Amino acid sequence: MIKDNLISTQILCKHYEIDISFVDELFKMGLIKIEIVEETQYVSEDQISNLEKIIRLQSELNLNLDGIDIVFNLLEKERLLQDEINMLKNRLSLYE
Amino acid sequence: MDFKDYYTILGLSNSATEKDIKSAYRKLARKYHPDLNPGNKDAETKFKEINEANEVLSNTENRSKYDKYGKDWKHGEEFEEAKRQRQQYASEPSSQGNFSNNDYSDFFESMFGGRGSSFEQGRQPKFKGQDYNAELNLNLKDIYTDQTQILTVNNSKIRLTIPAGVENGQVIKIKGKGGAGANGGPAGDLFIKFIISNDTEFKREGNDLHQTIDIDLYTAILGGEITVDSFTGKLKLQVKPESKSGAKVKLKGKGFPKYKKEGEFGDMVITYQIQTPINLTEREKDLFKEIQKLSAK
Repeated sequence: MIKDNLISTQILCKHYEIDISFVDELFKMGLIKIEIVEETQYVSEDQISNLEKIIRLQSELNLNLDGIDIVFNLLEKERLLQDEINMLKNRLSLYE
Repeated sequence: MDFKDYYTILGLSNSATEKDIKSAYRKLARKYHPDLNPGNKDAETKFKEINEANEVLSNTENRSKYDKYGKDWKHGEEFEEAKRQRQQYASEPSSQGNFSNNDYSDFFESMFGGRGSSFEQGRQPKFKGQDYNAELNLNLKDIYTDQTQILTVNNSKIRLTIPAGVENGQVIKIKGKGGAGANGGPAGDLFIKFIISNDTEFKREGNDLHQTIDIDLYTAILGGEITVDSFTGKLKLQVKPESKSGAKVKLKGKGFPKYKKEGEFGDMVITYQIQTPINLTEREKDLFKEIQKLSAK
């Protein structure tokens, strides 16, 4: 399996100074996805920005993981609504 | 630099307790945190302000300096110290020996930022650099094919390939091209919003292109071949006999390229607009009257 875009959770924990149990907790809550290759846990590169966001929200705003989960869901809803607004605006311009 | 009233920024009076400051900061940070307000420049500015206010007011030493010296709080104490040392030097010549070269060095370094003041030397949290937001104006024609642009952001040039089919209002993120991080934190990201103007005869809806075409009455009734414009040149189109005004014809795969789906295109939708003939000759009028009579039977 290609591991090019995967980062081991051990390296992540060391880099961000977080405990492995924190990463496990995020995985259990569905906030990040973990892939297991040859008995080693990895996180894909495209999830790093979300992980960083979680760390910031926790350390800077004291949000617990349930709160962060709610925030992520609301931000996703906001993004979808924003996309819909853009699409509707573009469609509206057809009649202007 | 303008004076910033940190108490006002946090919505507090200068008699606020530590608890009040902490609580006000938390409340405002939750409202304006950049992660909760993606792409909102005002929120980002506000967050920086409240962060700065909190950093000063939540530190007892800094707060008392701020209360005492106001906008000059960062240097106020150093001036005081310099003044005190000058007075001591003038009035106590015997103490000259105590005023060592090291003292001079410390003093000048603290004045001119060589080492920074003591509170600046404490443990500082890592902060991600500022996210930058930029808008890029393009024409619909430009984004029919992949575009390469060189952007200058903070004096550094970024080569950007814009995939064909990008949407109006779409935002893309370029990781690590924002402001530098603080205290070893990661660089911020660059967010580019595309503003697509359209001065073509086409209207874009998603990946489909819409175009209204005038056809003459005779072609509409009897059918025939017409040519229509597209981004890749002229297209031949067979008009079916007895086509109605407002009828739509779809030319599959002749629309706009699909974003990041190489070789896939939307459709071209042609709407017929039938032109009524004018300035008819007598002969033409007679023929129309004949048709009218025939259709009335």
